[in-house]
Amino acid sequence: MPLLDVQNLTTSFHTRAGVVRAVQDVGFSLEAGQTIGIVGESGSGKSVACYSLLGLIPTPPGRIEAGTALFDGIDLLHAPLHTLNRIRGKRISMIFQDPMTSLNPYLRVSEQIIEPLLIHEKISRSAALLRALTALEEVGIQDAARRIHFYPHEFSGGMRQRVMIAMALITRPEILIADEPTTALDVTVQAQILELIRSRQRELGTAVIFITHDLGVVASFCDHVHVMYGGRIVESAPTTELFRNPLHPYAAALQRSIPALQEKNTELYTIPGLPPDPMHLPDGCAFAPRCDHVRDLCRARHPELVTLQPAHATRCLRVQNGDLTLS
Amino acid sequence: MTAPPLPPPLHAEHGTSLWRDAWHRLSRNRLAVFGLVMFLTIALLCLFGPLFLPFKPADQAVTLKASAPLEKIYTRTPLRKTSQPRIDFIAEGKLIDENVFLNLTPDQRQQTLTQIKSGEAIKLGRFTYQLSDRRHWLGTDALGRDLLVRILHGGRISIGVGLAATVVSILIGVLYGAISGYFGGKLDIVLMRIVDILYTIPFTIFVILLMVFLPPSIFLLFIAIGAVEWLTMARIVRGEIVALKHREFIEAAVSLGLSRFRIIFKHLIPNVLGSVIVYSTLTVPQVMLLEAVLSFLGLGVQPPMSSWGVLIDDGAKTLETSPWLLFFPAGIFSLTLFCLNFLGDGLRDALDPRASKD
Repeated sequence: MPLLDVQNLTTSFHTRAGVVRAVQDVGFSLEAGQTIGIVGESGSGKSVACYSLLGLIPTPPGRIEAGTALFDGIDLLHAPLHTLNRIRGKRISMIFQDPMTSLNPYLRVSEQIIEPLLIHEKISRSAALLRALTALEEVGIQDAARRIHFYPHEFSGGMRQRVMIAMALITRPEILIADEPTTALDVTVQAQILELIRSRQRELGTAVIFITHDLGVVASFCDHVHVMYGGRIVESAPTTELFRNPLHPYAAALQRSIPALQEKNTELYTIPGLPPDPMHLPDGCAFAPRCDHVRDLCRARHPELVTLQPAHATRCLRVQNGDLTLS
Repeated sequence: MTAPPLPPPLHAEHGTSLWRDAWHRLSRNRLAVFGLVMFLTIALLCLFGPLFLPFKPADQAVTLKASAPLEKIYTRTPLRKTSQPRIDFIAEGKLIDENVFLNLTPDQRQQTLTQIKSGEAIKLGRFTYQLSDRRHWLGTDALGRDLLVRILHGGRISIGVGLAATVVSILIGVLYGAISGYFGGKLDIVLMRIVDILYTIPFTIFVILLMVFLPPSIFLLFIAIGAVEWLTMARIVRGEIVALKHREFIEAAVSLGLSRFRIIFKHLIPNVLGSVIVYSTLTVPQVMLLEAVLSFLGLGVQPPMSSWGVLIDDGAKTLETSPWLLFFPAGIFSLTLFCLNFLGDGLRDALDPRASKD
């Protein structure tokens, strides 16, 4: 039985301008200690999907329309607040995209880092502080005994992300959700932070859900990848499979647009057009307007996610019909 | 790379908080520092000054009606021994009009007066005149009460009402605004419409009704003013909370499993305290002005207690004969309001460096 089993998750935002279908029919599962990646461009619904799991969607305007997310027998999507509050921060933690804004500017770092311990474990302040100190040292903050009493604005971006990681992992959660944890950081710091997450994950046996738009991160980091487009998972595959044998034109196009994989002195490949407006999704395949391999069939019929090979599913009708090969 | 475990950070160096930064910026604003120091001086004088003055606010010397500031004061003791020798205090100006002087030429009068030195006694007519040690720095009012001690005592009430009503407005306004802003939705709509409705009630009529139907007391004044002043505070706090609650650090706090009340009290309210402090500093003078207006209208502080508003009211009645009774209370009142406004402006600049000019 998987650690986390998400089925049919559908989240929308009911705004004055109309209904934004941010996430539709998303399902994935996570085994203990496993790392999965959720990849997609901005607006593809990858963050909303994970925010929904932890009850972080503001309601209204947000609404979780359907789905279940079973974690240890508890449906996270329908759990009452006090149940959810016992799980988040204790058994499922989250790291956010921008470390510059995800720490409270008015509280000392020490005050914030011990907070999950104080509310989730019966522990004294001084014992919590000691554990916080250890946690900061484990994420590579030097001179932690002094720095722990600093305010967030006295830390650099990379250091703050280290603090966030220490804070998220201090209760030894079973799942860590990392929402683009390196996007806001310098390239040099990115690699350090990724390496840090990986080493902490190995030591603690934490399962990680990695939300990113960076295929390079996915390749080096994840066991299994879900590619999202227009609020739906369009392809789901083990990482090596996805790169060797993509079964959806979008996933293939994403790979083609990685600059490092392209030949020198050729024009950089980009996917033409813009991501779909989640308020007006096309009837057929959401990627059809931008797809190089589009046929009339793609615009007419709504595609389902079909598993073609072991653990490898695609939402492309043509691939499913066998009249398109991408690799 | 494994260092020996470090001792717990008990006396470790503490970082610079945003508060300390703001304090630093404030301390460089001369006008604000002047306001702060001056206001504290006035408040401390009001609180402790009367202890060092020989007069009590209710001490009357009826014969000493409305003596001018620093005017010389004479004691007049009847020559004829009665069972109880009576001593009257007479102000310089009044002495000249005494019947005994009517027969003297102006030069002689002046001479007689200057002849009286401290410690001496001069017999004139039926009385012995003596220069008194008593000096009223700011003169006395129509009932012969020392004006300085009355101003200081009145200041206790005025500043006290200002601070107390502001504290009440902070407590109600911050809590109300924070709940309305954080929970949002229908609750927010209902709570804010209540504020809108309360805003429409004309304040003066509200207070007059309260004072008419309930026995006038100073607590009622606190309540009446506090009940009105929290409205703006609630709106300000609600607006800030609405802007703050979708910031990432609040989402991070939610994702850590913090309860809603912990998020409101520990994470949201400290972030709005800057605006709360600024607005409070500007509320205190506003409340003091309200109290003065009510007292001027006879609806506020009731005798024998006095406040600056009462003193200004008294002074205004005798403006032509003894203007100092108006000028001194009005002067110190204005000075206090100025100080608080300077301080409020300074705090606003200090707490929101982006909004300031430099």
